[in-house]
Amino acid sequence: MSGVADNGAFAAALLDPGQPAPPGLVSWNGSDPAQRFAVYRNNVTVSLVDALSETFPVVRQLVGESFFRAMAREFVRRSPPRSPVLAWYGDAFAAFVAAFPPAAGVPYLADMARLEYARVLAFHAADVAPAALADVAACLAEPVSLPSLRLHLQPSLRLIDSPFAIVSLWGAHQGVGDLATIDPLQPECALVLRQGLSLAVMTVPPAAGRFIAALQLGAALGDAVREASMAEAPFDPAPTLGLLIGHDLLVGIGQSPEKQGEQP
Amino acid sequence: MSDVGKPRAAFAAARCGGASLPAAAGLGLKPEHFLDVLETKPALGFFEIHAENYMVPGGPFHHYLGRIRTDHALSIHGVGLSIGGEAPLDEVHLDRLAALIDRYQPESFSEHLAWSSHGGTFYNDLLPAPFDAATLRRVCEHIDRVQSRLGRRMLLENPATYVEFAASDRDEATFIGEVVARTGCGLLLDLNNAYVSCTNHGRDVQAYLRALPLAAVGEIHLAGFARQVDSLGAPLLIDSHGAPVAEVVWALYDEALRLIGPVATLLERDNDLPAFPVLLAEALAAGRRLDACRALHPLRAQAA
Repeated sequence: MSGVADNGAFAAALLDPGQPAPPGLVSWNGSDPAQRFAVYRNNVTVSLVDALSETFPVVRQLVGESFFRAMAREFVRRSPPRSPVLAWYGDAFAAFVAAFPPAAGVPYLADMARLEYARVLAFHAADVAPAALADVAACLAEPVSLPSLRLHLQPSLRLIDSPFAIVSLWGAHQGVGDLATIDPLQPECALVLRQGLSLAVMTVPPAAGRFIAALQLGAALGDAVREASMAEAPFDPAPTLGLLIGHDLLVGIGQSPEKQGEQP
Repeated sequence: MSDVGKPRAAFAAARCGGASLPAAAGLGLKPEHFLDVLETKPALGFFEIHAENYMVPGGPFHHYLGRIRTDHALSIHGVGLSIGGEAPLDEVHLDRLAALIDRYQPESFSEHLAWSSHGGTFYNDLLPAPFDAATLRRVCEHIDRVQSRLGRRMLLENPATYVEFAASDRDEATFIGEVVARTGCGLLLDLNNAYVSCTNHGRDVQAYLRALPLAAVGEIHLAGFARQVDSLGAPLLIDSHGAPVAEVVWALYDEALRLIGPVATLLERDNDLPAFPVLLAEALAAGRRLDACRALHPLRAQAA
């Protein structure tokens, strides 16, 4: 019996409009089963394009609705979801956009997709309580042990170091700033975070970005400062530490190299 | 044919002993309406969520669901287990589901008589399979596995379909009756799906309704459909969840309540979402029909 109307034949025809409808379909009144099968084809593609459209609203605005949907359809056909948890569908979209020749005219499109996907990750990231301020103050008050301190950051925190002005462009699409005054070729390092229930997107100087990235990889404070100094010497970590603490992004501090919070 | 097993006595008993949804109207919970629900505490019997939307580590979805759950009964409705699929169940996904159910302790868990994954790809749609012995065997095996992994009875939803299979050797209601009898699962009676499928396949919806195992109904779904036509111009209805409940489905609901008695009833709306008060009014219309039914079925109302 298998080979007729099995899941495989049905599935193969769903994402490939060039394929005929699967065998073994019938209708009660003799109407064309292929036309009825097209309802499933349409449901699958449209629902997945809609999911991408929800995750990447600024990418959509940058290229327009019809271009976006055509690009997303192509992505859906090449990279359909591997998991029923659709929140993460889109993790490969930025790489696809970067290699999609018709989108080459908007060079910052892929980085905008990275920024928007980082917002999804931050939105759904694990809830971790910030470190107690008294503990933080106590650790930072010991100058001798400062370089070996380990700082653990919120799992919601994401960095995107872009050669384009992605934060300014993203902000202009939220009604912040004037699109006409933005130079898209101005590099920006984006920090995406969630504080409580609210998402925030901001820029940080390149050296601060390297400092935070090093901390996220588990580097001790002294090594992270050294890493940042390669971008800007001398590097004063105080303003960046203030930013991290002020946004509840510091969740642990101490001398032991504990594991970072799990990332999805 | 393999012996798939007798009704699981433990799961059948769980229906009486364990928590269940109140025989009242409920609504699908949408993130757009989190604040409306928290601020107005609407007089609804329960809320229902799609399990997969909450399979994320943290953030606002869990924050709001946790708060809303303290005020309302909860139904968790899966859309991604692929119970009708040829492949074995995705155990990783089942683990995620078990963790979610453990976290929120819902009064009900339900899934679909459909498949959505094949060969490692998730198609994000509820896809049909032939009603034959092979499908019956694997659907029952999958439901047995879900019920034993979750340690609870599940409800299975009747599908909305657009094609039929030459390989089907029994009708849909008979097939569902066999699944319920073999696995001890309950039935989530989706009346919009019933109307959509019966229209799309030239069946008598009244006969279909009466052929289902109505004693196993643990919840009713109501939703709206969209209208298309097939290649011969006959109606081809689409289960769109994007419109108000049709009059003909309300009439079917009255008929179902006469046959079953009062039972938890969900108003589903996933697309073209209106403002919360509009949805609430539609759910409360179901609530009034439930009240009328209770007046006619005082004994069943007590039992429920």
